[in-house]
Amino acid sequence: MSILVDASTRVIVQGITGATGQFHTRACREYGTQIVGGVTPGKGGSDLDGIPIFDTVEAAVRETGANASMIFVPPPFAADAIMEAAASEIALAICVTEGVPTLDMVRCQRYLEGRKTRLIGPNCPGLITPGACKIGIMPGYIHTPGKVGVVSRSGTLTYEAVHQLTKLGIGQSTCVGIGGDPIIGTGFIDTLRLFNDDPDTEGVILIGEIGGTAEEEAAAFIKANMTKPVTVFIAGQTAPKGKRMGHAGAIIAGGRGTAADKMQAFEDAGVRVSRSPADLGTTMAAALEGRGA
Amino acid sequence: MNIHEFQAKEVLREYGVPVLEGAVARTPEEVADIARRLGCPVVVKAQIHAGGRGKAGGVKVVSSPEAAAEFARGLLGKPLVTHQTGPEGRVVRQVFVEQGCDIDRELYLGVVVDRGTGRVALMTSSEGGVEIEEVAAKTPEKIHRAIIDPVIGLGAFQGRQAAFALGLPKPLVNKAVGFFSALVRCFHETDASMVEINPLVVTRGGDLVALDAKIGFDDNALFRHPAIREYRDENEEDPRETEAAKHDLSYIALDGNIACMVTGAGLAMATMDIVKHAGGEPANFLDVGGGADADKVREAFRILLSDAKVKAIFINIFGGILRCDVLAEGVVAAARDVGLSVPLVVRMEGTNVERGKEILAESGLTIQTAPDMAEGARLAVAAAGGAA
Repeated sequence: MSILVDASTRVIVQGITGATGQFHTRACREYGTQIVGGVTPGKGGSDLDGIPIFDTVEAAVRETGANASMIFVPPPFAADAIMEAAASEIALAICVTEGVPTLDMVRCQRYLEGRKTRLIGPNCPGLITPGACKIGIMPGYIHTPGKVGVVSRSGTLTYEAVHQLTKLGIGQSTCVGIGGDPIIGTGFIDTLRLFNDDPDTEGVILIGEIGGTAEEEAAAFIKANMTKPVTVFIAGQTAPKGKRMGHAGAIIAGGRGTAADKMQAFEDAGVRVSRSPADLGTTMAAALEGRGA
Repeated sequence: MNIHEFQAKEVLREYGVPVLEGAVARTPEEVADIARRLGCPVVVKAQIHAGGRGKAGGVKVVSSPEAAAEFARGLLGKPLVTHQTGPEGRVVRQVFVEQGCDIDRELYLGVVVDRGTGRVALMTSSEGGVEIEEVAAKTPEKIHRAIIDPVIGLGAFQGRQAAFALGLPKPLVNKAVGFFSALVRCFHETDASMVEINPLVVTRGGDLVALDAKIGFDDNALFRHPAIREYRDENEEDPRETEAAKHDLSYIALDGNIACMVTGAGLAMATMDIVKHAGGEPANFLDVGGGADADKVREAFRILLSDAKVKAIFINIFGGILRCDVLAEGVVAAARDVGLSVPLVVRMEGTNVERGKEILAESGLTIQTAPDMAEGARLAVAAAGGAA
């Protein structure tokens, strides 16, 4: 029914006692996510609404058997928090934090090499398998269980896509926000591969934006590997060159990374591209029909 | 954050990267004094945050202190238009006066974060003095790349590979390795996002010198570099962007007449796109963030309305965590407070959307509501006087 997370996923929250951490811990738990513990150094032994808090990730994993971590640690310490999760062999670390220094992520990526932890983010809304498990800051109620996967560099634009799908009666298998930073853990290709292998995902919406070449690489991957329809939207068709559009990674540098180039790459790969963000849902609906699904 | 050439050279000097003697000046008299002290010929260079200064007439080699002062007088206080500044140019407030040097060869050297590998990369090319994008497009084989392990730094062997690829003579190879290593260390230790030495010069005397220098820093890491924060020059920034940043709003001025206010960077870009699709031109990018409150919405309004080009405002909010009723109250309060002088179109979706729409309707303000993004964009374009 999904990729990466399901009803059996056991989640701890790093940075559980901060205002944002508390708020989203409660929202995820209300959605039905198994939040089994939290980590705030120095607050071990206390609890949040009965959720036990530990001083270290190591202790939290030992005591709770957690296999995923949702990270709300402030930017200067976020990379360290990711590495702490990886040192405890957490299978999945989701870093929501925005504003992590890029070179911290360079070192963090180096640390993650050869380890068992998959990182989602940073600077991402998290991921959700509707009706089963929500790890992140997305509004749960807009989602419906179903068969379309969503992978995106943006947060609110993902909500827009999900909302359009739900209104059309198309449910989602899993929605993954991979993050808007220049250096992120799991990328488009990793996520597409998982969706391709998931028997219950029938199509995928990919939402990219200006900056970098991840979309171009995803287009080549889709052409060579995907057996399911993929539809695409690229944000920033009207973005000026050399300006960072909110996300640290959303910048057309040296004339490269434009929306036009990315859309062309997908079209060349035979992928349906929504020209307007109002057509995210209908483009997917048409792709599913075209396939006879 | 970008800094001026003379500041970049101060940073490089601290890391042992060879640069020429020079000093910055704000008046023609200071320029003449510095030229006298350095000994002519000297080079006088306009200091603005934009490339292409040489071609635009902002750089000159002069042979006397008087000529230096004369050239500086023509630059200071006046806008310099380069291919990167836009037609209005940038006002030159200071010039850098630097020793001259005998150039044998001009090379290119850049350090960037390579997104594909998640590492820092050193790029070198024998094609100095021209834009690297041009080289990359026409003769990509002339660019040599070394990917740097963050634990090891630049390996000496990588430095030698780059030096040999540049065709440097044997006596210069070790100097080049030292130069590259210092630059890479500078990049990592200052949390730079981009360092460019173009041209890197081989002098007739057989030395390597950074003749020009451009450094950008990672805004997210400035908190741990107080000395670098001091280099910030607000004169080089758009005043509205600076004001927005103070309120934790992400704003970028554009050329159109439809102001946009949106939650989230991706949706904000998509909103600009849909305005264009509807035949209009966006006046700005503005992400108020998922955690916007009434205060932020008010500041956002102020900034949008300070742009005289704006003929309509389009608010596109996907209120997930942030509730639509809270937002509607913020919008109404801000519109009353700031004085709404142009048509306002609101598209809201998300938690408590019905209550939000009621609040807008009950406000007595002329606010058009739209059921979706496409309709919102259409209404905004119509309100601004039709397609551009």
